[in-house]
Parts: sequence; structure tokens; C-alpha cells
Amino acid sequence: MATKALVGEKVGMTQVWRDDRVVPVTVLRVAPLRVVQVKTPDSDGYSALQVTYGQRNPRRVNRPTAGHYARAGVAPGTRLVELRLDDTGDFEVGQEITADLLAEGELVDVTAVSRGKGFAGVMKRHNFSGQKASHGAHRVHRMPGAIGACATPSRVFKGQRMAGRMGGEKVTTLNLQVVDVDPEAGLVLIKGAVPGPKGGRVIIRDAVKSPKGDS
Amino acid sequence: MNPTDLIDERSLRSDIPEFAPGDTLKVHVRVREGNRERVQVFQGVVIRRQGDGVRETFTVRKVSFGVGVERTFPVHSPMIAQIEVASRGDVRRAKLYYLRDRVGKAAKIKEKRA
Repeated sequence: MATKALVGEKVGMTQVWRDDRVVPVTVLRVAPLRVVQVKTPDSDGYSALQVTYGQRNPRRVNRPTAGHYARAGVAPGTRLVELRLDDTGDFEVGQEITADLLAEGELVDVTAVSRGKGFAGVMKRHNFSGQKASHGAHRVHRMPGAIGACATPSRVFKGQRMAGRMGGEKVTTLNLQVVDVDPEAGLVLIKGAVPGPKGGRVIIRDAVKSPKGDS
Repeated sequence: MNPTDLIDERSLRSDIPEFAPGDTLKVHVRVREGNRERVQVFQGVVIRRQGDGVRETFTVRKVSFGVGVERTFPVHSPMIAQIEVASRGDVRRAKLYYLRDRVGKAAKIKEKRA
């Protein structure tokens, strides 16, 4: 599992120059996080940090949630997010976490909910090849083709890939490189693309399957 | 304003002169050969300017030993040491692709009268 994690918002993509080369980057905004609860194996059976960020009108917070914030002595934020970690020993309730947790060049994993594609066909959803454009093909150009044999087994196997809902699911992109960190502006630049729409919530963690075996 | 403009601002260069398609430019390009670095000049006509912000690029065409050569540069590239505008051209379109089909005198661009 990860040793450190952050919650942020996807701002969009652009490019920057590094060593006279263009580097495509995704800009993530990481507002300062406030630790609301520290979960430990002793008390909760697992290690995690419950954090919040942003501001929320205190009158809009319901009583149980307000009490939860009050016990931590933390101002209510837009939402509570739990970050699973190996060890929460370095953190305490009320502590503030900012983007400077990350360093330039580090490898991270980014998790977010992907963009919903709606009901998608097999070509888009499962990268099927489709069928011929001509040679007698009639209204089957993007169809899957056969989905099984005949009298044996006389059924369609479970897990047969077909058309259906695509996207809108949790996706993690592994081993993305941190290009730049700006703690004052709360911005993190990550090389390459990150799942989800602009304005979507993303979770940044240090890489769990680093190819070099470091970090 | 785009939300990523804050990042882009740092990459933008302010020392790039104004130029448009039809202009003849001397582009001083930094060339790295091993550890040494030198500046090479690429002179030709701007046939296209495309894109916006950090992504903006322009294409310079010249005829070198009878062969047409086109190079596309990002406007804000750090590889460009300097851009000199040699002359202003009088042209009627934004993309001068018609120059590719012309040679010699027909490919000449009238100079803009000041």
C-alpha cells in the first residue's frame, strides 16, 4: 500500500518545457488537507487517514457530521475522504497536509472515476475489430459477430464481452511522473494523462509498483 | 481564461517579435552536438502560423540546393535563440501552401510597402 496520499482536483492538461523538450502534463490542484481522524489497526482494524479540504458553510453541516468535525477541532470541509496508508504514525488529528508531500521526479499512482461513456458498443468498449465495410456486409459493420457455438454448449458463457455501460468506474493509472510541484499555489504537474473529467476528484499516491523498485 | 493558463504563463516567451505568414525570418536555432552547443540560422518564408498560447507553432520554408525544406518550430520553444524578421511579405492568405507548387520567380513574395 501507499506510504503517502493526497486528494486533489483535475484542472486540465497543457504542456511544459523540460530540457528543451515538450512534456505533456496534467495539472492537479491540491487544496490543503486537514486530518479529521487517524485510523489505526488497534482502533479500527486498518490504517487510514480521514481528511477534508475546502470550506463548507457550518450551517449546512448536519449535527452528526458537525460533531465529528468538532471532536477533531477541524473546520468543516466540502467532503470527507479516506486515504488508506501503510502507516499513519506520522500523522495526527488537525494536522495540515499540502502538496509539498510530493517531490519532483517521483513516481505516483493516480486514481479517479473515469468519464462516463454511456451505453457503448463492443468496438469502443472492448476494442473489437468490427466487421467488413463491404463484401456483402449488411448493417453489421460494428457488430460483435458470433458469441458462441450451437447445440454444445447451447448457452453463452459467462463473461462474454458485449455492449453495455462504459466508463464512470474507478480507474488507477500507475507510475506517473511528477514533473513539478508548486505548494504555494497548491498545484501538481503530472506527466501524461489522468483519468476522469476536468474538475473531477483524484487521489494521488506514491507508486506501489515502481519499475525500478524505489520510492 | 483557461484554468491551465497559470502554468502556461511560465513557458511563454516575451522576446519573440511580431511576424506573420509571408514574412522572411532568420531563425537562430540552438543545436546541440554532444556537449557543444552552437547556433544555426534557418532562413526562409513563414508559410503557416498555427495554434495558440504555448502550443503555437510556425513553419518556415526555404529552397536549399533545389530541394524545398520546411521546418516547424513552437513559437515559445527554448531551442530558438533569436528570431530576426528579414522582410515583411505582402500576401493575401494565412496559409501559403501554394508556394510548394512554385519554383523560381513564381515563388517570390512581394515585399510589403511601408
